[in-house]
Amino acid sequence: MDKSLNWREYIITRLIKASGYSAILFVGLIFLFLIKEGVPALGEISLSDLLATRWYPIEDFFGILPLLTGSLIVTIGAALIAIPFGLGSAIFIAEIAPRWLREILKPLVELLGGLPSVVLGFLGILVLSPNLRILLDLPTGLTALAGSLLLGAIAIPTVVSIAEDALDAVPRDYRDGALAVGATRWQTIWRVTLPAAKSGVLTAIMLGIGRALGETMTVMMVTGNAPVMATKWNSIFQPVRTMTATIAAEMGEVANGSSHYHVLFLIGLILFLFSLAINVAASSVVFRQKKRAERILS
Amino acid sequence: MNHKIVIEHLSLQYADGVESLRDVSVNIPANAITVFFGPAGGGKSSLLRCLNRLNDLTEVNTLGGRIMLDGENILDPKTSVIELRRKVGMVFARPVVLPFSIRGNITYGLELAGIKKRSRLDEAVERSLKLAALWDEVKDRLEEPGVSLSGGQQQRLCLARTLANQPEVILLDEPTSGLDPLSTGKVEEALQFLKQDYTIVLVPHSVQQAARTADYAAFFLQGELVEWAVDKEIFTNPHDQRTEDYVTGRFG
Amino acid sequence: MKRTLRISQQLSQRLGFSLLTLMVVATIIPILAVIVYIIYEGAPAISWEFLSGFPREGMRQGGILPAIVGTFYLTLGTAIFSVPLGIAAAIYLAEYAPENAATRLIRIAIINLAGIPSVVYGLFGLGLFVFFLKFGTSLLSASLTLSIMTLPVIISAAEEALRAVPQSFRTVSVSLGGTRWQTIRRIVLPQALPGIITGVILGLERAAGETAPILFTGAAFFLPQLPNSPLDATMALPYHLFVISTQVPEMPFHIQYGTALVLITFVLGMNLAATFIRSRARAKRQW
Repeated sequence: MDKSLNWREYIITRLIKASGYSAILFVGLIFLFLIKEGVPALGEISLSDLLATRWYPIEDFFGILPLLTGSLIVTIGAALIAIPFGLGSAIFIAEIAPRWLREILKPLVELLGGLPSVVLGFLGILVLSPNLRILLDLPTGLTALAGSLLLGAIAIPTVVSIAEDALDAVPRDYRDGALAVGATRWQTIWRVTLPAAKSGVLTAIMLGIGRALGETMTVMMVTGNAPVMATKWNSIFQPVRTMTATIAAEMGEVANGSSHYHVLFLIGLILFLFSLAINVAASSVVFRQKKRAERILS
Repeated sequence: MNHKIVIEHLSLQYADGVESLRDVSVNIPANAITVFFGPAGGGKSSLLRCLNRLNDLTEVNTLGGRIMLDGENILDPKTSVIELRRKVGMVFARPVVLPFSIRGNITYGLELAGIKKRSRLDEAVERSLKLAALWDEVKDRLEEPGVSLSGGQQQRLCLARTLANQPEVILLDEPTSGLDPLSTGKVEEALQFLKQDYTIVLVPHSVQQAARTADYAAFFLQGELVEWAVDKEIFTNPHDQRTEDYVTGRFG
Repeated sequence: MKRTLRISQQLSQRLGFSLLTLMVVATIIPILAVIVYIIYEGAPAISWEFLSGFPREGMRQGGILPAIVGTFYLTLGTAIFSVPLGIAAAIYLAEYAPENAATRLIRIAIINLAGIPSVVYGLFGLGLFVFFLKFGTSLLSASLTLSIMTLPVIISAAEEALRAVPQSFRTVSVSLGGTRWQTIRRIVLPQALPGIITGVILGLERAAGETAPILFTGAAFFLPQLPNSPLDATMALPYHLFVISTQVPEMPFHIQYGTALVLITFVLGMNLAATFIRSRARAKRQW
């Protein structure tokens, strides 16, 4: 009886172990395919052409700089919204709100995180952009600003949930100690709790930015999709094109194997590497914090 | 005297190099209660966990020595660890009630072994609960969750659960440390009855418990076996000065 | 001096708290407003015909049944591939994996999978499933793409649920003669199941609402009939909403809002189900 049990268990254990390693397989596969289909672009189009400021594939203009700046300006704008509001909400939920309020607010913020990005983009077209146009007296409401506002909203749940976990994890003793020497709760938050949760908060911010950078549908629907260099002060009030929107908008129309096809994959590769960099940075922050904590405790 | 377990020159080491047991040799007679006592960190729990190879799960390495159970070395890699753990059962310090009914807790070990017949399981449940002196209190509510029992009852449930496997040796690691005196008394009473058919190794949570229950007692200090004696002798007339200091409370 | 210091500290605290409260309100109000607005504008469009009919007149009339069915199939397909694999991977990480470099590499890979932009998944799906494996634009390609995207969510949630099960249970099971797999199958997995299910539902909820991964791998603009096989392309709610709000001129507003309402009902319904399962399991827990 033991023998057959051993056999079955052996197979199951092997399958489980293989499943564990599958994550590495998938990341590798994605990386591989992006390279396979993206790198040929480097051979077909010169680097100086790629780093040009005009993106107009129909006439063989493949300058990706406008797309990069478009992504950048929208993401920065989103970060300027998501970080204060996200952190502020996280601090409120973790440190100030009474228990019953917490139980209401947390699911509510999670709800926002669950809203599909198309829905926000859809409302952006129908509600946000027209109002922005009227409010700010612009020729069109489909601008980087609209994108930033919506992306900020999309990134806030990510920031809130991770930052709130980090703040929650700070031991009670830290706060109690500060309060015992006469600090107000406000002072305690800023001088004790927040610094103690520094790495978690940093992670939250980084992952929120990553979320904004990688968002596709919302930006495609509300930023106007005009591939212009977004480098002036008032660029935020003008239409832009992000890297993600470019891929989504144009992939359906390219011929398989053409230069346009390869450049889109190259842009995808760039996005992949950006998100890789952000995630590695975020996890190394956590790792270093853990090592420091281990040293302190030992 | 029939020795159920013979430990020969056993040395253990933690993963970070700290020594847990140093050259320990001790005999454990059958059908009696052997007590391992001493201050914390003495190696008693580690030694106990060697007897059912539970240490395999932790970062503990065996440096040398043998443990003979019925004449066979259980530290040998070829030993069937599953069989060993059915033969040598363990009750832990805090009652760990599995998230099943009272009945489910007791039949768990049997179900692991592939026993499914309802009549066999029912018989085992009644037998084990009677041996653990818990039958009368729970016989009408076997389907209720195990966690609905009181602390003392839970620990006796854990004892019954171990007994259901029909082991030959029962290891108990500070089994009454969280219990009130009445429950403690019930457990000690059960052990006195059980020793007729089982070999019992007990790590007590106090010297007094050691003195109450021991047929044989071994005093451990910092990984070494300092003294071993029959019956209550070690408590009334210890040979080693260190033993005397501990028993009289000069340190602990 | 001491008294004025105290007062100014109290003042800054009060200001600070008010500011934060305002921030939270500013965050929460739009969420509620969005949902209420969509319900208000979209409810008039909801009718049996809307939910069970096909689009007509270039989507400007009729119903959205194929999109609803398509999203349902996609969610199912994603579940079939990602749930077993994700749970197995989580079991490996929680119960078997040693603390070494290889395990750290797996964890980094999972974090990365979670952060990859959804449109890059679409590209990957296009390259691998549609072209290389020749599955074409199909339910199969789209489901596989969505599955890989959903995998990290399921693995994280499942691993957390498994780790929450007390270690003492495992110790007891082993001491009674159980093998590692027996312990997992009989105790750990059943006890972790509510948490795992919650994570699965939340992961599938995300997959149901995504557009970019299915844009080039499975979504179709308009199909006159429901998909018959996994190799057929399909319509889907998120893609449908995108199309009718950006590609179709003179699209009646109520149809757009109605579609949005159906989509968020589907998605938020799953969210509620997950929350419900989570709180009920917490109450019934025997540890």
